Amino acid sequence: MKKKIVLGVIGADCHAVGNKVLDFALTEAGFEVVNIGVLSSQEDFINAAIETDASAIIVSSLYGHGEIDCRGLREKCEEAGLKDILLYAGGNLVVGKQDWEPVRKRFQEMGFDRVYPPGTPPEVDIEHLKEDLKI
Amino acid sequence: MNALLLIDFGSTYTKLTAVDMKKEEIIANTKSLTTVQSDIMIGFQNAYHQIKEKCKDIYFDEILACSSAAGGLKMVAVGLVPELTAEAAKRAALGAGSRVLGVYSHELTQREIKAMIQQTPDIILLAGGTDGGNKDCIIHNAKMIAKYIKNVPVVVSGNIKASDEIEEIFKENHIYYEITDNVMPKLNKLNVEPAREAIRQIFMKKIVEAKGMKSAESMINGILMPTPAAVLNAAKILADGTNTEEGIGDLIVIDIGGATTDIHSIAEGEPTKPGVMKIGLEEPYAKRTVEGDLGMRVSAESLCHSVSSKKIMKFVPNTKYNIEERCKYLTQNVNEIPNTLEEIEFDEALSMVATEVAMERHVGVIEDVYTPMGKIYSQVGKDLLDAKYVIGTGGVLVHSKNPSKILRAGLYNEENPRYLKPTDPKLLIDKDYILSSMGLMAEKYPDIAIRILKKNLSNV
Ligand code: B12
Repeated sequence: MKKKIVLGVIGADCHAVGNKVLDFALTEAGFEVVNIGVLSSQEDFINAAIETDASAIIVSSLYGHGEIDCRGLREKCEEAGLKDILLYAGGNLVVGKQDWEPVRKRFQEMGFDRVYPPGTPPEVDIEHLKEDLKI
Repeated sequence: MNALLLIDFGSTYTKLTAVDMKKEEIIANTKSLTTVQSDIMIGFQNAYHQIKEKCKDIYFDEILACSSAAGGLKMVAVGLVPELTAEAAKRAALGAGSRVLGVYSHELTQREIKAMIQQTPDIILLAGGTDGGNKDCIIHNAKMIAKYIKNVPVVVSGNIKASDEIEEIFKENHIYYEITDNVMPKLNKLNVEPAREAIRQIFMKKIVEAKGMKSAESMINGILMPTPAAVLNAAKILADGTNTEEGIGDLIVIDIGGATTDIHSIAEGEPTKPGVMKIGLEEPYAKRTVEGDLGMRVSAESLCHSVSSKKIMKFVPNTKYNIEERCKYLTQNVNEIPNTLEEIEFDEALSMVATEVAMERHVGVIEDVYTPMGKIYSQVGKDLLDAKYVIGTGGVLVHSKNPSKILRAGLYNEENPRYLKPTDPKLLIDKDYILSSMGLMAEKYPDIAIRILKKNLSNV
């Protein structure tokens, strides 16, 4: 059976194009994409993952407030019974061009399994998904 | 003369409507107190004699009925996530014309099962999981229901991939069940029609009998649906039309009763303004909401608690009544009929508040989302700004000298622009109480029903 992936753009972020591109790429790669689109709250991601029994949540943030919007997502997942769900984040997670290593570290401390710098093409996280989900 | 007889076994009155099918006219309306405690047919016979007296040479080829007697259809809805499948199940139950006594989510506990038993539902609607999504929860809940609640029919409208296991559980435990398509097959996609239909089938097969109305079936050709489902049906056919008759377009029905205020809307509810993003669970095209705390009599006191007496005062600034006391009095005297100017004014104020608040809860809401770039808008629920018609029904509206004043309380209000209520609809009144009977009739004779509706709903 196809693995289900919840995809969306978190917070008050309305950048819609990358979300469509990712949806297309992930679907092509054989995943069942549950796309909750832009303007999605943490609860929207979690609720979607529960109902659809998803294996991973992919969070995009393009407008620079990713760090604030993503904080606490892992804890809420645990609270909601989503114990081992994979969390990936990418897009333009923070404002401007910052040194990437500290950003990655902060997101990993927040409980994200994989964190991607700006300009990462979808192929990269597709490879990682296959690896992490043992497909 | 050959005619069609339509019966609405209401909670208080049994209402009869005789229709001349050739002339497409309503010949007569009569009513008598509903007698469900003794034998439902006594009340029917009383009203029937009246109609026979009114039109002597009448002969009925066919008799159809709907019912909200003996408490009406009562259900509980069970889902997984409160905002998703549990909400979808609730909407399906409401659309089927049911009262929803409780909404349960996630894995049911014994405590919740106990509460559910105490609510004495007629049917349980069991949902949970998108198709191919979570199975564990709905299977757990099926097991709990099978183990502890044996005698309530269950409509299963959850993850179809769980249906084999659920079927096995229910068969083994001799549960009466019906498996239909998922109320939420994909995330945020709503699919309420199959569940509604299954509920109606069980209503006809099991509930009518359970409520002591079996005796009615010897004489009439079936109690086809709960009364609120008939009203929704009428609204839908009037809006959409049939193959041969034009519909009148998007509309809203406001039904103010003693115990509840119901709102029905027939509209897609897509954003009418540019730059608005729609979020959340899809809305049913034919949507019914029921406000159990807003009513003219039984629920007058709860109305006062829910909305504060200040808000009621806004509509009767000069009343001599103490608002809270008057509401309490009305709750204790459900048969009170207003006579004096002051009593009428007070009732109208209650109905205006009920209309305003019930509409706020029914329609979509627009929220500002502040971003560094400025404001953008998100919409949850239906945008009904452009709805063409608002139709009023229910005693207080029908008997009011000023029904448009009451209906206007439900329209768009610049002081509260978040609520996407209609801005400039035409206002109609169901003065002869025909909505439910026409919805019933539309099951078999949709063209005639819509033509009679168009003739009989009057402008105000
Ligand atoms: C178009 C655009 C807009 C449009 C969006 C229209 C729409 N509804 O889609 C509008 C004008 C509305 C807009 C508004 C704003 N924008 Co703008 N916008 C852009 C722009 C020019 C292109 C975005 C785009 O569509 N790219 C094409 C898609 C295909 O690429 P993408 O979105 O980056 O997505 C890809 C990757 O990021 C990656 N990806 C995304 N998520 C994930 C997740 C994972 C796990 C992985 C592996 C990969 C991945 O894969 C995607 C597909 O290839 C970018 C600049 C740029 N060139 O990127 C700025 C940009 C994103 N915007 C920016 C900003 C600041 C804003 C505003 C805050 C203010 C402003 N300057 O206008 C507002 C915010 C509005 C809001 N509430 O969201 C900044 C963000 C800065 C930052 N993060 O540090 C950018 C980078 C411009 C800049 N250099 O300043 N914007």
